Amino acid sequence: MGVPTIAFEMSGQLRIAVLAGDWTLTGLEGRLDALRAQLAAAEAGEIESWNLAAVSRLDSLGASVLWRGWGDRLPERLEADPRTRRMLESAATLGVRRRASAPQSRFGDSVVALGRVGIALWRQLIGMIALTGQMLFDLAAALRRPHDAPLRELSANLYKTGVTALPITALVGFLIGVVLSYLSALQLKTFGADVFIINILGIGIVRELGPVLVAVLVAGRSGSAMTAQLGVMRVTEEIDALTTMGVPATLRLVLPKVLALLAAMPLLVLWTSSSALFGGMVAASIQLDISYGFFLETLPRVVPIANLYIGLGKGLAFGLVIALVACHFGLTVKPNTESLSANTTRSVVSAITCVILVDAVFAIATRHIGMPT
Amino acid sequence: MNDAVIDIRGLVTRFGSNVVHDGLDLALPAGEVLALVGGSGSGKTTLLRQVIGLLRPQQGQIRVFGQPLFSGDALADRQLRRRFGVLFQQGALFSALNVLENIAFPLRELRWLDRDAINDLVMIKLAMVELEPQHAWLMPAELSGGMVKRVALARALALEPELLLLDEPTAGLDPDRSEAFVTLIRRLRDQLGLTVVLVTHDLDTLAALATQVAVLGERRILAYGPLDHVMKHDHPFIRSFFCAERMSRVLARSGS
Repeated sequence: MGVPTIAFEMSGQLRIAVLAGDWTLTGLEGRLDALRAQLAAAEAGEIESWNLAAVSRLDSLGASVLWRGWGDRLPERLEADPRTRRMLESAATLGVRRRASAPQSRFGDSVVALGRVGIALWRQLIGMIALTGQMLFDLAAALRRPHDAPLRELSANLYKTGVTALPITALVGFLIGVVLSYLSALQLKTFGADVFIINILGIGIVRELGPVLVAVLVAGRSGSAMTAQLGVMRVTEEIDALTTMGVPATLRLVLPKVLALLAAMPLLVLWTSSSALFGGMVAASIQLDISYGFFLETLPRVVPIANLYIGLGKGLAFGLVIALVACHFGLTVKPNTESLSANTTRSVVSAITCVILVDAVFAIATRHIGMPT
Repeated sequence: MNDAVIDIRGLVTRFGSNVVHDGLDLALPAGEVLALVGGSGSGKTTLLRQVIGLLRPQQGQIRVFGQPLFSGDALADRQLRRRFGVLFQQGALFSALNVLENIAFPLRELRWLDRDAINDLVMIKLAMVELEPQHAWLMPAELSGGMVKRVALARALALEPELLLLDEPTAGLDPDRSEAFVTLIRRLRDQLGLTVVLVTHDLDTLAALATQVAVLGERRILAYGPLDHVMKHDHPFIRSFFCAERMSRVLARSGS
């Protein structure tokens, strides 16, 4: 037990460095720089012989410090007990390993990286299309042999993605309705156009806000859960086990999720839009003294029914997109935790982005439909 | 026995109403290689986890290097934990870090070593477990089962432990790899003067490594001592575990 030290002595004509103490991880703590400086001084002072006999313990750190101090070689005259010597020899491999550094980045790497991103995006797209195709095959197979159809999974997914989402979507819808109504009311009051609150809320919520709101919530709630579930099943090889038993993973895992979300989304849109309209109605009656009866009576007159169909259609499309994106990213998880978390994030972000894209397509495609004349 | 590396006295472990250990005693002197064996559910891994300090026993005391594991002093606890290295069954490598960063992790946590020193140390450890320098940049997902174990061993050795705990070190390795791994552990033990505790099911590993064997059963240590001594024990479990022909086959193979 002792502090690692270096002392310089003269023995006849020889300049000797005498080392003592614990040259270990614990012993060297806080003394590393000082000892390195002393070693450098020893090299410069042309020490001819090294005496390590008094070194009580030496570990890899001590050995590597000495080895570096000696300029990557053993000194010619070295006195050490066999144990110490063996430890030093283990550091000898360092000479070769010195700067086995990571591959350096080169010019043009960024171009390559950009290309990789492009290829990766392309692959994702192809993967999505392949998954859609596979799902259609599975659907056809399930229709041909109805007893193979994954009905229990369908019902379970319907409950998970639909029923359990009711409270949160209702709450968010109600609050958004209140906020929208309140802000619009402030503006409309200044023009004395109070009754138009019903038009604004009706068209805005039924056609646009309701479906998008639900899609964002569902993508964050069910989409991430789907990706994580499939991803974990990949990591634990459960999907491989399923396949081995002759049960195609897409039929049993993907198809019920997609169908369930297809069924649940329009209903959720209806539910959330109603809740938002209710919130708007409450706020309007407080702010503008518009009675519930008048609100409900005017709504169908100023909002053509086509808007409702567009909203429900959007719900269907968004559900398909979210489920497909989530399943695609879930199935492409690589068997490590890093990939799992990365793909879950990607799944949610891509699903919401795709929903907004599809929404834009809808806006353009239906621009002549359902507008009050 | 004051110089015992591990000293367990009156250990009681319960999971709900299921009593796993009831008054278990064990003392392991320095420099020994102890193999913990026992049937499934006999609490081998639980015992190992308690020695590491992952589980807290309900009663009794575990001292490692003469100090209690949960002393209440955070700094002392931390310093004590740095004196032993653990090799988990699946390796438990951090999958977000590459091999170099995995081995460097405990060294970085010391917060006083510089980059070059850490790099040198990692390279020495890699050489110790017989891996090549270029393996340092692989991710754990890219490693084979045997390599994962080696990297995990290198990480366990990073802080120069005096005590090494191995949970099923050869499980999931083919016989060839498993033999190479056992040789590696034995060589490192001689080189570094380690005390080793291993939990194993594999008789080959046991015969090749262990200097002491402790058989767990009936909530306590049934037998404890050198392998040939334990084998002569007359308990039915021990007789069936080391059943004569299986053991003689193993001993013939290991040539001891």
